[in-house]
Amino acid sequence: MKHYEVEILDAKTREKLCFLDKVEPQATIAEIKNLFTKTQGKSLKDEDVLQKLPVGTTATLYFRDLGAQISWVTVFLTEYAGPLFIYLLFYFRVPFIYGHKYDFTSSRHTVVHLACTCHSLHYVKRLLETLFVHRFSHGTMPLRNIFKNCTYYWGFAAWMAYYINHPLYTPPTYGAQQVKLALAIFVICQLGNFSIHMALRDLRPAGSKTRKIPYPTKNPFTWLFLLVSCPNYTYEVGSWIGFAIMTQCLPVALFSLVGFTQMTIWAKGKHRSYLKEFRDYPPLRMPIIPFLL
Amino acid sequence: WLVLAIAMVRFYMEKGTHRGLYKSIQKTLKFFQTFALLEIVHCLIGIVPTSVLVTGVQVSSRIFMVWLITHSIKPIQNEESVVLFLVSWTVTEITRYSFYTFSLLDHLPYFIKWARYNFFIILYPVGVAGELLTIYAALPYVKKTGMFSIRLPNKYNVSFDYYYFLLITMASYIPLFPQLYFHMLRQRRKVLHGEVIVEKDD
Repeated sequence: MKHYEVEILDAKTREKLCFLDKVEPQATIAEIKNLFTKTQGKSLKDEDVLQKLPVGTTATLYFRDLGAQISWVTVFLTEYAGPLFIYLLFYFRVPFIYGHKYDFTSSRHTVVHLACTCHSLHYVKRLLETLFVHRFSHGTMPLRNIFKNCTYYWGFAAWMAYYINHPLYTPPTYGAQQVKLALAIFVICQLGNFSIHMALRDLRPAGSKTRKIPYPTKNPFTWLFLLVSCPNYTYEVGSWIGFAIMTQCLPVALFSLVGFTQMTIWAKGKHRSYLKEFRDYPPLRMPIIPFLL
Repeated sequence: WLVLAIAMVRFYMEKGTHRGLYKSIQKTLKFFQTFALLEIVHCLIGIVPTSVLVTGVQVSSRIFMVWLITHSIKPIQNEESVVLFLVSWTVTEITRYSFYTFSLLDHLPYFIKWARYNFFIILYPVGVAGELLTIYAALPYVKKTGMFSIRLPNKYNVSFDYYYFLLITMASYIPLFPQLYFHMLRQRRKVLHGEVIVEKDD
């Protein structure tokens, strides 16, 4: 049987890192990766088979060190557990946040209690989804992301929670009507967001990394797929707009705006890769906002 | 900026004091410094290769000093520290713009290049000192008047304290200034001495 010779060089210095004599043609990259390999440009996947790669009888693979990595699950759990806990610190008016005469007091406004419930349930939902729903394409991300992401989530959570739970908090201008409407928006969008996560999960069998075009299912919340590539982001923005209207708090509005900006960037990227990968991608769909964006 | 320089020198020669200097040149200063916003646009549309972020930070800090400190906080306009940063900025900008102009004309005299990459060694710290001292001088007035601040309670449930904002701004000079300074030093070594600097690749 004809064997391959595989030479592995360092991507930057072109140094020979490893020379593999007699590699089986049927060897998968995952097997060769045990000796750390990646090509320059687009990186190879663990599932790639050596014989199917565009190489001659001598394959040269380049190794690129991605730096310290951390698992996606760890990052998600940490960045979501923070806001859950931090918001509650403000809600219960733990000492040294507001004046001492307010320690452990409770707000007299219903909307403040409602907001705490919504905020907390939102992050509990995110934690549960991370543990039981999401199927990640990548196992890890660069380590410094955890510091960046946690600063963002924890920082904004503290900033929002400070004002909503403040003794001098002012309830919404239009009172109970405004709160009810906002709550409806929030709940609908949360259900929508969850439905999309479930629909995406069902597209991909456990442990695999396949990619397919998502389509609407029997669940009405998924019908947004007709108009948008990433309805999960659409619903997420909607939830936060709902929360902003409910609390009538400018920091919440700013958080929604920043989140919207980031999610739009992600949605556009995802939309572009769908278009590149699938010839028959539905033309009516926009990345995140129907017909507009 | 040359206009500014001449105006400042003439004022001092006539009056013998720096008091009232700001008042006499403020319109010119505001006009030309605000126009520097165009430099960000140039980076955005790509006709200048510098990063939008770096230019944005530099121009923003100038606009901040001119409009949010010196223009808005009248009591500090006669402080010596104001003259300190005004002089530093004026010399820096004259050098910088001459450098760009002559480079574009493909006729760059060596002394302009030399000035651009050497003056900053003194001017930069001097300018920063002037700016920081001015902000520091402004603090008591900001605290007393509560200017530019939003207090609770209010309809939008937000607050902003300009006094603490200024304190944080002053603190931010500590990490930012060395980074910019060493960046200029590296540029200087590259341009004047042809050294090849190996940049850390992330």
